[in-house]
Amino acid sequence: MLRSGVIAKKVGMTRLFMEDGKQIPVTVLQLDNLQVVAQRTSEKDGYTAVQLGAGTAKAKRTSQAMRGHFAAAKVEPKRKVAEFRVAPENLIEVGEEIIADHYFEGQFVDVTGTSIGKGFAGAMKRWNFGGLRATHGVSISHRSHGSTGQCQDPGRVFKGKKMAGHMGAARVTTQNLQVIKTDSDRGLIMVKGAVPGSKGGWVTVKDAVKKPTPENVILPAALMSAKREAQRLAEEAAAAAEAEAKAAEEAAAAEAAAAEEAALKEAEASIEADKAAEAADAPEAKKEGDE
Amino acid sequence: MDLIAQLEAEQVAALGKDIPDFKAGDTVRVGYKVTEGTRSRVQNYEGVCIARKNGEGIAGSFTVRKISFGEGVERVFPLHSTNIESITVVRRGRVRRAKLYYLRSRRGKSARIAEDTNYKPKKG
Repeated sequence: MLRSGVIAKKVGMTRLFMEDGKQIPVTVLQLDNLQVVAQRTSEKDGYTAVQLGAGTAKAKRTSQAMRGHFAAAKVEPKRKVAEFRVAPENLIEVGEEIIADHYFEGQFVDVTGTSIGKGFAGAMKRWNFGGLRATHGVSISHRSHGSTGQCQDPGRVFKGKKMAGHMGAARVTTQNLQVIKTDSDRGLIMVKGAVPGSKGGWVTVKDAVKKPTPENVILPAALMSAKREAQRLAEEAAAAAEAEAKAAEEAAAAEAAAAEEAALKEAEASIEADKAAEAADAPEAKKEGDE
Repeated sequence: MDLIAQLEAEQVAALGKDIPDFKAGDTVRVGYKVTEGTRSRVQNYEGVCIARKNGEGIAGSFTVRKISFGEGVERVFPLHSTNIESITVVRRGRVRRAKLYYLRSRRGKSARIAEDTNYKPKKG
């Protein structure tokens, strides 16, 4: 059940204090206008995948070809585009927006990014070599690697020998990072631990390949349209409930009012009766008073 | 404010800790929650705060030093830790350093800190 991953921007790292006193270091990843730009289907392309785009790019700085590509999908120009292989039933419609609810708390994910470039690095930094001794006659080459091989036989350095060279700025995947928290309103995913790349860099997040697929993942993806629909339904339900409550209240009020009116009428009637009785008595009294 | 600062500010607000105004040199009493098996109680740890690190934010921490059974003991507490029940300032000290690491090499009389009698709280 291969489902789509997401493209996210690395915002930075912080820590979360848990109720039990534990602190968890987390990397904050942000989903920024993540939309489906294109689909790859087995009929047309020989495989099934979705092409996602994230971020916003200025139209005038987007190449004509990419502008046409985005226009065909009816989406804004994207800063970063990436493809994710998915199962045919998990294809997502073009133009749909994916939200951070795509991952749930506690789920494990693999995060791929481009590591920070270190330039030309020595063997100690690049391969954790021990270097040479500080004293005992070592001169100038304290941080060098040692021997690179044998003697006249084989008479060459074997391929793949760990030596100094360019380090970093390579595609790196960190596996089995746990999702600690998601915030779909702001599009945030917080994963435990570090993620390759610098702040502001783009990373791709996928379900962990080395863990069984959790049962409660959202297929094909957590979509903005689905969220809106759910929200609308909830609002409608709330409105309906409110209307019902109001109607019930009104009915109750009307009943109460009717009861009150009846009581009032009764009271009035009794008062009238009293008055009439009094009036009947009064003239006599008045007459008495006059005399 | 960038997103990380915003998230941290939100978390500080959500934790709602009442942190008194104290600095290095002050003697503080920290009520720290200790869980033994299923029971949890509050343990007081009192000593001189010898360092404050990383400000008031979520990453802030402070170091408290005391002499316990003739042995110097230092503990570092995260300022916003959920394990901290209370922080109370017992005594205000007058010092001229932000970090009092020199106390580690001192014992007895020379490790005393003068009391700040006319302490002015931070404004704001």
